Amino acid sequence: MASTFHSALQSLRETKVWKSIFRRGPANTNRTRSLAVFGNLFLHWLPVKVREKSLRVRASYYLGSISFILFVVLFVTGILLMFYYHPAAPHAYRDMKDLQFVVSSGVFLRNLHRLAAHLMVFAVFWHMFHVFYRGGYKPPHEFNWVVGVVLLLVTLFLSYTGYLLPWDQLAFWAVTVGTNIISAMPVVGGKIRFLLLGGNIVGENALLRFYVLHVVILPLVAFLLIGIHFWRVQKDGGLTVKVKDDDGKG
Amino acid sequence: MSDTKDSFVTDAAHTVPADKEINRRDFLNEITLGALGIAGLGSVAVTYQFFSPNVLFEPSTTFRAGNPDLYPIHSVTFLQDQQVYIVRMPEGFYAVSAVCTHLGCITAWHPEHELIECPCHGSKFKDDGTKVAGPAPRPLPHFAISLTADGELLVDKLQIIKPAQVLKA
Repeated sequence: MASTFHSALQSLRETKVWKSIFRRGPANTNRTRSLAVFGNLFLHWLPVKVREKSLRVRASYYLGSISFILFVVLFVTGILLMFYYHPAAPHAYRDMKDLQFVVSSGVFLRNLHRLAAHLMVFAVFWHMFHVFYRGGYKPPHEFNWVVGVVLLLVTLFLSYTGYLLPWDQLAFWAVTVGTNIISAMPVVGGKIRFLLLGGNIVGENALLRFYVLHVVILPLVAFLLIGIHFWRVQKDGGLTVKVKDDDGKG
Repeated sequence: MSDTKDSFVTDAAHTVPADKEINRRDFLNEITLGALGIAGLGSVAVTYQFFSPNVLFEPSTTFRAGNPDLYPIHSVTFLQDQQVYIVRMPEGFYAVSAVCTHLGCITAWHPEHELIECPCHGSKFKDDGTKVAGPAPRPLPHFAISLTADGELLVDKLQIIKPAQVLKA
């Protein structure tokens, strides 16, 4: 059975189509494994070699990876929710209620999106604290630390813009209060609030603006910054590891 | 070798004083950067204009509050649609904003405490808008109140007046 499978895989690897997609041979030596990572669009920004000590749970608690996995969950569930959501009053609230009570798996997707969002804020904060206490912001990681802080802010903005979309009382007052905090900024505060809301009150313009920010602009920014963030981890020489863990064996 | 820069400069350039010399590459770079800078400022301006709506479909800020006889003396009436209190005291009428000056929540009149109270962060105001307690930084503003030609109360929420001004009943 196993040999049948193996030979089927082998003959698949011999086909012209397979060879045109994966131009290299089987990854059975360190060199060919490295080349497989280098030659793959989705893997090429990852390190071809990782120190063993930086894979230990204690090195990172995988908090960055957990944050990223939550981002992917939010990306997928968010796109699915968009199929049933109109960013306009009064549809927005009804669509949210439909997702809860009418759409098949709607309540599952909505809650998955909601809970993953809560968890992502938690995970990103924890990630930041862990990196901070580990000294991960020190040279040569300063730039990536700054990218990470911006990613934290983008995560919070994503949370905040998503909070308005159910268009219920909680959403309305949270955004009323939040945008009034912005207008407390000297000189430009009132103007920024006006631009963000597209008016003087939290109305349909505000809902549409928050929607566009939530589903297009902020995810694009997050995606770009996550790419830079991951790539820099490798370029800056991998994770910062505690000195007492650095037994030189990695 | 003492003046390597000059070796790149054409004869024409020698006619200008040395401190004002600029070669073609620098000139074109500066012109291009200048043009891009102006275009960049222009695009910031038009982007700002684009994101500022020219027409707003928001409720009118001026509204009629009905006949003055609707409001008994010594009464505070909350108009929910307008988020305004119409207060009638022996000295006359005034219109007080119901929007908390802290972070914009809608306050409520509590007759048992004779106070306007905010449910969000606990600010308290008297019926003339003066602050009693809470995080609110300012008293509730008074709006301009007048009578229409047919004798109804008219409130303009864009005109903020001094609390001392009342509409004589």
